[in-house]
Amino acid sequence: MISRRDFLQVSMAASALVGASGFGNWSRLAAQQALTQDQLLQFDTFGNVSLIHVTDIHAQLKPIYFREPSVNIGVGENRGAVPHVTGADFRRLYGIDDGSPSHYALSSGDFTSLAQAYGRVGGLDRVATVVNAIRADRPDALLLDGGDTWHGSYTCFHTEGQDMVNVMNGLRPDAMTFHWEFTLGSDRVAELVEGLPYAALGQNIFDAEWDEPAELFPPYEFFERGGVKIAVIGQAFPYMPIANPRWMFPEYSFGIRDENMQAMVDEVRGQGAELVVVLSHNGFDVDKKMASIVTGIDVILSGHTHDALPEPVLIGETIIVASGSNGKFVSRVDLDVQNGRMMGFRHKLIPIFSDVIEPDAEMAALIDEQRAPFKDQLEEVIGQTESLLYRRGNFNGSWDDLICDALISERDADIALSPGVRWGPSLIPGQDITREDIWNVTSMTYGEAYRTEMTGEFLKVVLEDVADNIFNPDPYYQQGGDMVRTGGLGYRIDVNKPQGDRISDMTLLRTGEAIDPAKNYVVAGWASVNEGTEGPQIWDVVENHIKKLGTVTVNENDSVTVVGA
Amino acid sequence: MEFTRRETLAIGGAAALTFVLPFRANAAVEDLVNEFTGGAELADAGVELTAPEIAENGNTVPIEVAAPGASAIMVLAAGNPTPPVATFNFGPLAASQAASTRIRLAGTQDVIAIAKLADGSFARSAKTVKVTIGGCGG
Repeated sequence: MISRRDFLQVSMAASALVGASGFGNWSRLAAQQALTQDQLLQFDTFGNVSLIHVTDIHAQLKPIYFREPSVNIGVGENRGAVPHVTGADFRRLYGIDDGSPSHYALSSGDFTSLAQAYGRVGGLDRVATVVNAIRADRPDALLLDGGDTWHGSYTCFHTEGQDMVNVMNGLRPDAMTFHWEFTLGSDRVAELVEGLPYAALGQNIFDAEWDEPAELFPPYEFFERGGVKIAVIGQAFPYMPIANPRWMFPEYSFGIRDENMQAMVDEVRGQGAELVVVLSHNGFDVDKKMASIVTGIDVILSGHTHDALPEPVLIGETIIVASGSNGKFVSRVDLDVQNGRMMGFRHKLIPIFSDVIEPDAEMAALIDEQRAPFKDQLEEVIGQTESLLYRRGNFNGSWDDLICDALISERDADIALSPGVRWGPSLIPGQDITREDIWNVTSMTYGEAYRTEMTGEFLKVVLEDVADNIFNPDPYYQQGGDMVRTGGLGYRIDVNKPQGDRISDMTLLRTGEAIDPAKNYVVAGWASVNEGTEGPQIWDVVENHIKKLGTVTVNENDSVTVVGA
Repeated sequence: MEFTRRETLAIGGAAALTFVLPFRANAAVEDLVNEFTGGAELADAGVELTAPEIAENGNTVPIEVAAPGASAIMVLAAGNPTPPVATFNFGPLAASQAASTRIRLAGTQDVIAIAKLADGSFARSAKTVKVTIGGCGG
């Protein structure tokens, strides 16, 4: 008799070979040189339960360009493991043809020319079409939102998340978990959550004072679908008070709390759950480790690190599904659950090619309604770009280089620091830069651009600290962002060294001199987690800079030397 | 990421501590453990220590220790200038041998719990708690 584990492995292998994941079909599409909505949505309904996963939308209501990273280094046991495989290596790993739609959607390389050929991705009106099509196949499919939804745009900032709540309500999700939402401040989060017509989950959201589960965010919710009793357990981003300003939500404490996750899994199993789904904002490597420690989870829908994987990763008996970011993908996972056990699955990561998938008219109108009051501000052209502007990658992206240049020039600084966040769509050469585009890569509730002095020694402490948040070999000590971006400062990093020994050869680029540990440098940056940070808003700094330049060109940045990747 | 000079010095000091003091701190911790156990062997199982992987606030880190049947549990913060945190003693009528408290950590370090079990043997558990500047989330 085949064990459940063997079954899952066979199922994985089969999906890789014959494309039951829906993925093998994509390269064929390339040969046909024609994408259709039917092909993107094609799926032989399987089993008795369907899950639909969206995550890390970052308030991107409209189609955008989004370049996947070319540098995404894994350390420790995750060295060379997905999602730490990029570009051509990623395409070889999954058998993706160069120049195919899946090349464009899932990997870096030739981004500009492919973007011109295949067009923009995402748009929640297109996402609605896909969700509706899945619901036509399986009316009781569960739609789960992994969070980072109420953050990341001009309209989201000005409506304090209301635009996203209104639009997501139109999609009718069944549950959600959280990260950047909390940077709206705990009062606003409470106000929005209390009005949600669906579950706001987080087993690891605790009351900071009493270290007890927070009442507003239940750990799990039960659903009865296809005759199966399903428990969805929420896992919010564990390191919110560290990666984001704690003072904005002082009532809450987070953490991974895998012992409590195990207790919740046992509790829902004890109450008869036949399928346990974790809706997670841990980040992929943390989810992998959690799946190896906590037993009894069938599916982890993984968010936070913005990875898009064409097939689930199997850890023990748990499948982990990564669904990308910025509305670029929707994952559909069909499951066969029999007698309280997951017997098999079929999965497809559906890329939202915005020129191929028809927008849902009702949702398109709802989106335009949110944007209408801000239309003039959004569309104002600030400049043009001759270069590809993108952010994703472990070190500098060209958007960050531009932001750092803006900080140095507008704030008269030696060195600029820009946070290693993973959100922010791309612009391709020849595009106008609108105010909306600038806000898409800068908008946040703590965007003040500070100007201060730091010693060379302290700059090293900062770089070492952030580097350890990414390259600590134990995923539980990683926060899931990228390296802090530097302007005017070059350095060498050995990712395999311990904290304190990774960074060397720090150089002030303006003079070519080595950074002196004892000397003070004028540093401009933004997104400080400290309360009371003063300075102009970063989007104004960047807008002024681009206005002066007119046309933006960003040269190749080789100021960071990476060793040990 | 804006730091006052005082914070800068404090963080710089904490960082320096990890370079300069590990041997001294370890020696002090070893002495404290020996004093508690009388040099007895330490088992890996028998005491549970719950602490966050990364402290949300190094000034107040919630921890919990539990050791069924134990008569005492000692908690040490190995990297603090003064490593002893607390020793919880449980009388024979104690309903459970568990305690939770909040501790202050000078920087990234190991928190150690040593329990004296019912049979007189000792168990040890340790967890690295990271104290970080933070500030750059995904």
